[in-house]
Amino acid sequence: MSATTTRTPIAPEKPAKQKPGGTLYRGREGMWSWVLHRITGVAIFFFLLVHILDTALVRVSPEAYNAVIGTYQTPIMGLGEVALVGAIVFHAFNGLRVILVDFWSWATRNQKVLFYIVIALWVITMLGFVPRHLMNVFSH
Amino acid sequence: MTVIESPRTPARRAPRRGVNLEKWGWIYMRASGVVLVVLVFGHLFVNLMVGEGVKAIDFGFVGGKWADPFWQWWDVLMLWLALIHGANGMRTIVSDYTNPGTVQRILKGALLLSTVVLLVLGTLVVFTFDPCPAGSPAELLPSFCPAA
Repeated sequence: MSATTTRTPIAPEKPAKQKPGGTLYRGREGMWSWVLHRITGVAIFFFLLVHILDTALVRVSPEAYNAVIGTYQTPIMGLGEVALVGAIVFHAFNGLRVILVDFWSWATRNQKVLFYIVIALWVITMLGFVPRHLMNVFSH
Repeated sequence: MTVIESPRTPARRAPRRGVNLEKWGWIYMRASGVVLVVLVFGHLFVNLMVGEGVKAIDFGFVGGKWADPFWQWWDVLMLWLALIHGANGMRTIVSDYTNPGTVQRILKGALLLSTVVLLVLGTLVVFTFDPCPAGSPAELLPSFCPAA
């Protein structure tokens, strides 16, 4: 378990104009794709731990499950669910982008374009989800 | 002393003999990821978009879903694929930000332990679930229960 072979992807170097920025991070689309994938992944992981435990309460009693799941239906948690779904949708679309970049040479060359496609698909998906979800949360 | 490799150092060569677990981990992240897009988006659509969305979720809602083996298997498959995917991602992050040693072993051990415990717990919950527990108030139970 101590092998560390998974490393931060390194962008192909441009031999023409090399400008070391004094930092490992390149600050372009590829970096933000990687940073956001990490942050959303960690957030989803910790939600998943909690979500398995709260769902396990159905095995305790209907009252116990309903008491906890009721807290998911408050306005504040409703906004939290918007953030959660936003993280999941980004991680899903960007993960598909990573797979394309890994296996398809066109996608490797056009990974920047694909990042903006991921953002566009994220916006479209969230436009479909957020209004409907907020209507459910803020109406009774 | 731990030597920090320069960023351009190629990854260490994988062992020539035996199974390359890191390669299979890499493949697993991609294979499970594709399936999870379908499972998780389906889960979110059915639970948050259809009908009253999150407001409709209660014991009766879950009981109604898990009365159908289709949703039992959907959720169990999602549990295994997602938790292992997430724990393996966290393992990558632990490897990236800690040096080999006690702290790293504790963090990875905690990941392994919590993953195994939650996989067993979640699988048992889905397959031993009783939608009509005796002695519960009828109005909390799914409509198909004799008491309801």
